[in-house]
Amino acid sequence: MTVPVSITVNGQRYDREVEPRLLLVHFLREVVGSTGTKVGCDTSQCGACTVLLDGVSLKSCTALAVQADGAEVTTIEGLADGDALHPLQDAFWEKHGLQCGFCTPGMIMASHELLRVTPDPSDAQIRHGLEGNMCRCTGYQNIVRAVRQAAGTTAGQR
Amino acid sequence: MSTRIFGSGIRRREDPRLITGSATYTDDLTLPRMAHAAMLRSPHAHARITSIDTGKAAAAPGVVAVYTHADTEGLAPAPCAWLLPESDLKIADYHCLAKDVARFAGDIVAVVVAESRYQAEDALELIDVGYEPLPAVTDPEAAAAEGAPKLHDAIDGNQAFHWKVAGGDVDAAFAGADVVVKDRIIQQRLIPNAMEPRAALANYVAATGELTVWNTTQNPHIVRFLSSLVLGISEDKIRVIAPEVGGGFGSKIAAYPADFLTMFCSRKLGRPVKWTETRSENYQSTTHGRDHVQHVELAAKNDGTLLGLRCTVHAGMGAYLSTAAPGIPTILHGLMLSGVYNLPAVHEDVYGVYTNGVPVEAYRGAGRPEATFMLERMMDVLAAKLDMDPADVRRKNLIPKFDDGHDVVTTLTYDSGDYPGALDKVLAHADYAGLRARQKAGPVNGTYTGLGLATYVEICGLGPSQVAGAIGFQGGLWESAIVRFHPSGKVHVFIGASPHGQGEETTFAQIVGSELGVDPQDVKVFHGDTDNTPMGWGTYGSRTTAVGGAALALTARKIRDKAKVIAAHLLEAAVEDMDYEDGKFFVKGAPDQSKTIGDIALMANVAWNMPEGVEAGLEASTFYDPPNFTFPFGAHLAVVEVDGETGTVTLKRYVALDDCGPQINPVIVEGQVHGGVVQGVGQALWEEAVYDEGGQLVTGSMLDYALPRADLLPDIEVLSTVTPSPHHPLGVKGIGEAGTIASTAAVYNAVMDALRPLGVTSVRMPLTPQRVWQAIQDAKQSAAPPTAP
Repeated sequence: MTVPVSITVNGQRYDREVEPRLLLVHFLREVVGSTGTKVGCDTSQCGACTVLLDGVSLKSCTALAVQADGAEVTTIEGLADGDALHPLQDAFWEKHGLQCGFCTPGMIMASHELLRVTPDPSDAQIRHGLEGNMCRCTGYQNIVRAVRQAAGTTAGQR
Repeated sequence: MSTRIFGSGIRRREDPRLITGSATYTDDLTLPRMAHAAMLRSPHAHARITSIDTGKAAAAPGVVAVYTHADTEGLAPAPCAWLLPESDLKIADYHCLAKDVARFAGDIVAVVVAESRYQAEDALELIDVGYEPLPAVTDPEAAAAEGAPKLHDAIDGNQAFHWKVAGGDVDAAFAGADVVVKDRIIQQRLIPNAMEPRAALANYVAATGELTVWNTTQNPHIVRFLSSLVLGISEDKIRVIAPEVGGGFGSKIAAYPADFLTMFCSRKLGRPVKWTETRSENYQSTTHGRDHVQHVELAAKNDGTLLGLRCTVHAGMGAYLSTAAPGIPTILHGLMLSGVYNLPAVHEDVYGVYTNGVPVEAYRGAGRPEATFMLERMMDVLAAKLDMDPADVRRKNLIPKFDDGHDVVTTLTYDSGDYPGALDKVLAHADYAGLRARQKAGPVNGTYTGLGLATYVEICGLGPSQVAGAIGFQGGLWESAIVRFHPSGKVHVFIGASPHGQGEETTFAQIVGSELGVDPQDVKVFHGDTDNTPMGWGTYGSRTTAVGGAALALTARKIRDKAKVIAAHLLEAAVEDMDYEDGKFFVKGAPDQSKTIGDIALMANVAWNMPEGVEAGLEASTFYDPPNFTFPFGAHLAVVEVDGETGTVTLKRYVALDDCGPQINPVIVEGQVHGGVVQGVGQALWEEAVYDEGGQLVTGSMLDYALPRADLLPDIEVLSTVTPSPHHPLGVKGIGEAGTIASTAAVYNAVMDALRPLGVTSVRMPLTPQRVWQAIQDAKQSAAPPTAP
């Protein structure tokens, strides 16, 4: 059995027939072919699959594609403005906030949410705000530095 | 220019693709006609397989094929490739699909291939397997005990090997000691948790007989070699590609049954097949780390002078020996037992033991954290026994500064070190004396402060190939590099190593940049593809820069030598009259008339006017076999607070000094230290792979296995000293594992230091609040006067 969904991903609308059980993250990766969003676990702990659903962050492994019907999804691929990196992307690069890069798409999207809700966070607020996203490479320290740098910009609004 | 490139914290060249979601990891790949594999894994830790009915699964929607052991004729067992000599090594067959008996919860029993992953996983549930459960054992000491459940019929006592290291007269050392301290240390089993789960995509093309495999591996050339053995396809017809790889930490060294099965399915079906593990599947099948039970004794004089170390280790190997497993608790552990100290006698027996658990392999540090912890813990126990400060006991025994070679009792020759300098710098930076003074004032509001030190040296840059052969490693340990200048002066570099997050696309560009005066932005580094990179042995053991970086530097120098000859010809001068500086070749004393490396690259590529006997092109290669290992070192200090009421440990400060020699990119070095330290802190405080008595993995998902999180950690204070390796062309030593090697011991020592006033002397890791609280209660009980019956 399949059902129709209409989901806009990074500004492009996708009208597709999907199984009701299809996870949103698999819709993004396998139906749309937008593989920037990663799957790092199967219990919604790691946060690698974090995207924005109508501007609010969501672990896309916790939602079904049908639940996103009619919504707008923003993934890591949709964050830059053409060739101009989003301030968070630039800050992660500048501050060495990534190593293997696998957690990075989710980490940046979660940081986007953090700055949307708390535009000028303290280090403690950043650490608390990202405790749902796992990174095994960086020890988080340079991620905190990156978010702090991006906080001086309009990162949460874009 | 060269000095600015080498040692500069430039932004990483690999990051633009990673921060935009443009990078391609194995699971991101899709091929036309691709099918999906899913593995049926044994739910029992130990069981005889009495029947398998795959009929319903084979008939399920979308299912292409279902295979069990009976269908895999011609598929050899997964090889163990470290044949430890003089150890009575006994290798049990690690079949890709369990034959008759499953020996850990996660052993593969059947594989389903279907049109979609959802369909493949649905069909797993339709396979009907008859199991006759057998007794299981997961603790390495218990598995070695008499009467333990036997894993492999032909292997008595579950003993995979018995290896010894000995140096000096340890019996005399103990006989003549004023004081002997002892402990039983459990290096708990850990799960590496690279953020990217493992995956393989295999594409066998019958028309050519060629197999291409995309694989999440740290060493594609080794995977190609082992795949050739297992599948019986000659090496030249296999291409292994490690695309973007999302961390490894040792868990992507091994070549796994699931990888071979994916290749097998592709060959059998004549279409591409992809397999990607789930995280829970990763926990129950991708290699684990550590798992030692250590009995250790340290002998010393009353003034703290060390005399000897004696220990027995039972190392859990899991149900089968993984690719490099036998070398980890032996060579990489036992040879480092004397650490940074003048320790005249050591003796260690290491028993590798089969258990009903996931195979244990290298995990960041790989043997060295287990050695460092053992020694550093005993140094603190000794200090407590003698009522000396832990810093003083260390300082009394540290090997003095040396620049070019120091022989230690385990037969190694350390390259260079300044251990007292490292310790002193850490103590001064942290104001150790001040911290001790504040600690002496006593607990504040029931919170106890503890200070923990770890001074360490590690063995890196693996290693001379002759030594590799002598210690049973079934391969070489050299590295290779090709440098190719295009007519434009832009550079392509091809290396045999396979970085997967460490940033060598940047640091290697900096090496070329500093040696040849080109902008690192103009140097592209290719790695991870056996068809277009030279042979290499992979990225592990902090060896990529220490060995591969040397190969690259020497290659760049060959280019420079050739360029100098061409420049001399173009400037109509003698070669011996030429000088080189910052990318320019000129006649001595006349720097205004010069040729840049870009000029030379163009002339060499068009070859209109070459010196006689000089080949066209500007390209060189090197196979570099190091003359010795490298020995990075350092000193770490942890400051913790322990809540005496709840047992909660808070890491308040962490100071890490690591000396990896000259730093090519200090920002990347610092990042390696951050990540390494946090992984070691994780072992001390939170992480453990727990099996229950039946061999079920209780910590079977990320919900249950406690990984370090951002909100649990302080900023790490990173220091360094620079002691070049005398035998490396750049002096560099390696930094990938340093943090992990020191930090578990430093944090553990700090917590024990905090708990000393409460009478607690030992707590099993990880130091969870429950365990610490219980230890405090137990100490109170044993200190209390006996109550009347």
